[in-house]
Amino acid sequence: MGLIDKHKIIETNGTLLMVGALLVVTVGGIVEIAPLFYLENTIEDVEGVRPYSPLELTGREIYVREGCYVCHSQMIRPMRDEVERYGHYSLAAESKYDHPFQWGSKRTGPDLARVGGRYSDAWHVDHLTNPQSVVPESVMPKYGFLSDRYIEPEYIEDLMKTHRIVGVPYTDEMIEVAKEDFAAQADPWADTDGLMERYPGAVVSNFDGQDGITEMDAIIAYMQMLGTLVDFSTFTPDASR
Amino acid sequence: MSKKEVETTGHSWDGIEEYNNPLPRWWLIIWYICIIWGIGYTIAFPAWPLVKGATAGMLGWSTRAQVADKIASFEEMNATVEAELAAADVTTIEVGSPVHNYAVNMGAAVFRANCSQCHGSGAAGNVGYPNLLDNDWLWGGTIDEVAFTVQHGVRNETDEARYSEMPRFGADELLEPAQIDQVVEYVLQISGQDHDAAMATEGAVVFEENCVACHAEDGTGDIYQGAPNLTDAIWLYGGDRATLKETVTNARFGVMPAWGQRLSQAEVNAAALYVHQLGGGQ
Repeated sequence: MGLIDKHKIIETNGTLLMVGALLVVTVGGIVEIAPLFYLENTIEDVEGVRPYSPLELTGREIYVREGCYVCHSQMIRPMRDEVERYGHYSLAAESKYDHPFQWGSKRTGPDLARVGGRYSDAWHVDHLTNPQSVVPESVMPKYGFLSDRYIEPEYIEDLMKTHRIVGVPYTDEMIEVAKEDFAAQADPWADTDGLMERYPGAVVSNFDGQDGITEMDAIIAYMQMLGTLVDFSTFTPDASR
Repeated sequence: MSKKEVETTGHSWDGIEEYNNPLPRWWLIIWYICIIWGIGYTIAFPAWPLVKGATAGMLGWSTRAQVADKIASFEEMNATVEAELAAADVTTIEVGSPVHNYAVNMGAAVFRANCSQCHGSGAAGNVGYPNLLDNDWLWGGTIDEVAFTVQHGVRNETDEARYSEMPRFGADELLEPAQIDQVVEYVLQISGQDHDAAMATEGAVVFEENCVACHAEDGTGDIYQGAPNLTDAIWLYGGDRATLKETVTNARFGVMPAWGQRLSQAEVNAAALYVHQLGGGQ
């Protein structure tokens, strides 16, 4: 009877078995999950990534509300075919301000991680209004109603404050002028110096081509910035990450 | 082997006893091998979390290096023919030559990934997005003109982009509503559709004064200004009365990205050669 035969003690004692099982699962969990929060090579800081502007954040809320993520992922995997089709593989840092993140690999529609700048605003309006008018084989539903729904940045400050609680570095200034930024981004004639300083790389345009700010404006503002924040000509991938 | 030599667990239920058989030896050996293999695996590949980073593994494997290697290996395989394609003068490239075959196949892939969303997977276009299969071209259909359009795009922020803008004759009050109705009738006339002859005669004057600079005196357009031919049955936005009125009133024009900024020179040439050989190339 060596140590190997002592299992009889555990097997015949229910409480001891439960304590033992809990211990094993705890160790497994700590070893597998805890390092992700402190290891330097899982947390990569990348230049250019910034929090979403108020209009983009609103567009993102609409994206989530409409369940776009059910068919579209936002994660280009490091595989040759995906990189050739969609562009540089996604970096973890690019979704560090995403709550919740939009990763995935189940794609009924194409990946959208780098859709920003790929199409014109007018194309997005055409496509969201009637996807089959530009892509006849598409099975995407029509979202033309977004053009009819005018929006006010009523809760944008609360939304940004909530994101700040979970770690998005919105400053007091950003929250204070959120409503102005919200309006300025959809107005090509507005003074956008402050907006561009707070949210570098933001796309300013009358996205839906009509007066007033609609949900269509917001979602296209969000589409047009996806994957555009990191300048990959200056990015050197660290192989260990 | 006789079961009688095996010990029992000592349990007995209604006279039924339980043998205490050891695990089969083959199973145990495989299990031990798996444990040893597992230890070796974590040494060879990235695995153990330490204080600052995880162990990198003896083999130095990483996902990022793997995808970079894979892309590099394909680039190397095609390097010769792609260099030839990038440097080639698209106007003189011989149809049927290996470079041309490669370009058409590559162009088809480039087209599907980048162009089909607007021009359609079959290149037949859509309302507002030109059909590339016919021989009606806004900016010219010879191979070098197509290649230039792919490279620099249309009405984008780059300096070389093809650029022209039709005035908003109605919205900016350049023409009276009545004049717009007349010129629409004239356009219906020259494109061979049902029209009001009296209004068309008036419209001819309006056309002469406002439209010929771009659309030419006979309305056949001008590829140097991207002005469409108005005398044929091919329309970008539609040739019926209501659509023409909308176009004259508010003007409309599409945009196209400067693909030279996103694609390599070989890819641009390939896309142009692919589009040119689809049937409409001049």
